[in-house]
Amino acid sequence: MLQTKIHNLTLKNPVMTASGTFGYGEEFADFIDLNRLGGIVVKGTTGERRQGNPYPRMAETPSGMLNAVGLQNVGVETFCKDVYHRIKDLDTNIIVNVSGSSIEEYCKTAAMVGELERVPAIELNISCPNVKKGGMGFGTDPTMAAQVVSEVRKIYHKTLIVKLTPNVTNVVEIAKAVEGAGADSVSLINTLLGMAIDVEKRRPYLSTITGGLSGPAVKPVAVRMVWQVAHAVQIPVIGLGGIASAADALEFLMAGAKAIQVGTANFIDPTVTMKIVDGLEDYCNRHGISDINDIIGII
Amino acid sequence: MKKYITNFTIKRKTVYNSHYFSLVLQHPDVLPEIEAGQFVEVEVPGNKQVMLRRPISIHDVDSDANTMTLLIQVVGKGTRTLSQLQEGETLNLVYPLGHGFSQEGSNVLLVGGGAGIAPLLHLSKCLKAKGVRATILLGGRTEELIPVRDEFAPYGTVGFATEDGSLGEKGLVTQHSLFSADYNHIYTCGPTPMMKAVARYAMEKGIECEVSLENMMACGVGACLCCVVDSDQGHKCVCKEGPVFNAKQLTNWIIN
Repeated sequence: MLQTKIHNLTLKNPVMTASGTFGYGEEFADFIDLNRLGGIVVKGTTGERRQGNPYPRMAETPSGMLNAVGLQNVGVETFCKDVYHRIKDLDTNIIVNVSGSSIEEYCKTAAMVGELERVPAIELNISCPNVKKGGMGFGTDPTMAAQVVSEVRKIYHKTLIVKLTPNVTNVVEIAKAVEGAGADSVSLINTLLGMAIDVEKRRPYLSTITGGLSGPAVKPVAVRMVWQVAHAVQIPVIGLGGIASAADALEFLMAGAKAIQVGTANFIDPTVTMKIVDGLEDYCNRHGISDINDIIGII
Repeated sequence: MKKYITNFTIKRKTVYNSHYFSLVLQHPDVLPEIEAGQFVEVEVPGNKQVMLRRPISIHDVDSDANTMTLLIQVVGKGTRTLSQLQEGETLNLVYPLGHGFSQEGSNVLLVGGGAGIAPLLHLSKCLKAKGVRATILLGGRTEELIPVRDEFAPYGTVGFATEDGSLGEKGLVTQHSLFSADYNHIYTCGPTPMMKAVARYAMEKGIECEVSLENMMACGVGACLCCVVDSDQGHKCVCKEGPVFNAKQLTNWIIN
C-alpha cells in the first residue's frame, strides 16, 4: 500500500530520515525499528574527517531551529571501514549523503561509497549552508551544479540523488540543470540560510553568525518548492522541510514528492517516523486508497 | 545502556524560590538503572515558542518508588514553562542519556555550583552505597541559589560557600576551607568558570577530576552534533560522550 520507488530503489514506504538529523541510524535503534523505515540518509560524509564549526552551533527559533554544525563527520574512509559494517545489515535503504568542498572531493567520496554493496544510492549534498568552501556554492549556480553532478555521474553508477538548496531565486532552474547532468532524483529542501541575535549579549547565537533554519517554520516554503520542481522535472522528487506528522508528509506527497524525509522532528520525538508511517497507512485506509502512488502529485 | 521515551506523572512539585523548583516524577513500572550524572530530555508542553526538548540532569532516583527527581533552575522560556506544571500532570522524557560519573576514588570531593548541585545528590548517594568517603561543597552567589542543602547531610561532610556570606563561608567554592588537595578524586558540576577553576586546580595537584558539562543541545542522543565541546580528541558530543568528562580530556576547554 505504501510502497514507492525512487529510480531503482524500492522503498517499503515513503518515509526516510534526513541527513544530519539521524546520525547513522544507530542512535535511534532503542526507540524504533529501523527496518520499518523506507530509507535512512546517513550523516553528510566528506573525503576527509571534519571537525565542523565551533560551538555554539544551534539556536531555537519560533517553530524551528538554526544549526551551523558544518559537516562534522568521520570521513569516508572511516565510514566505509567502520560505520558501514555496523549498519549494513539493516533491512532498509541506506543512502549516504556525500558532501565536499571540491569536485575532486565529491568524486572521491562517491567512488568509495559506490563500492559498498549495501548502499544503493548517494545523496549529493550541493546545498550545505554551513561550510565556507563548496557546499551551497555548488547548489546556487546552475552551471556549477550541473558540472559537479556530471563529474560524479561519470564515476557513480547507482542511484544518484541531488539535494538542493532553497537559497536561490529559482529552484526549478537548478533542478533542471542537475536533471540534465544525469541526476536520478532530487531531494529538497536543505535548510534556509538564517540568523538570530542574542540581544542581551549583543552577539549572534551561532559561532558562524549565520546558519541553516529547519523545522516546521520552513514547511510551507518546502512544499511550494517541491510542487514547483515536481512539475518541472521528469525525475522523482524527494520532499523534506519541517515534516513532523503524517499530514505534513501527505502535503509533500500531494505536491509531487515520491518520498519524504523527516529531519528536525526526530530531535523532538525520536519515534516520529513510525507515527508518520502508521499515519500514512491510516490515511490510506480511511480514504480507500490501495496505493499511495495514487495521491502523489495530485495537486 | 538502553534509552527510553516514556510518560511520567508529576507526583510532587516543590518550589524553593523564584529560581528553583523540583519535580518528583513517577512511572508505573520499574525504572531502568540510572547512572549518577546522566540526564533526561524533557518535552516542554503547552508553549508554542518552545519546540525542542530541554536537557535536565537527574537529581535523585528512588528505585523502590519508581520515581526520579529533577531539580530545575528557571533560566529561559523552556524552564519557565516547566515551572508552571502542576502535580498530576504528565511529562514526556527521553532517558537515561549520556555517561555519568565514574564513581572512582576512595576520598572524594564533590563541588557543585547553582543548578550544578542537581546531579551531585544522586552521585553522593551512590558513593555512600559504595562506602566512599565524600566531602560535598556547594556554592552560589547567595543562600537562595543553593536550594538543596539538608538532603546531602547523610552522605558526607557538607560545606557551603556564598559570595555574599549569607550561607556558609563567604567567597567562592575554590576559596572554601574544605577545598584542598586532600582528596584523590574531584567531581564537579556548575557554572563553566567554576568548573574550569576546579579542574585547573585538580590538574595542578595531580588529582583526578570529572566535570559535568551543560551545552545547548537538540537531540540528546548524539545525532545532531550541536552540543560539542572541544576535547583533546576533537569535538565530542556533550549529550552522548558526556555530559561527564575527565578533565584530562578537555585541556583546550580548561585553558580557553
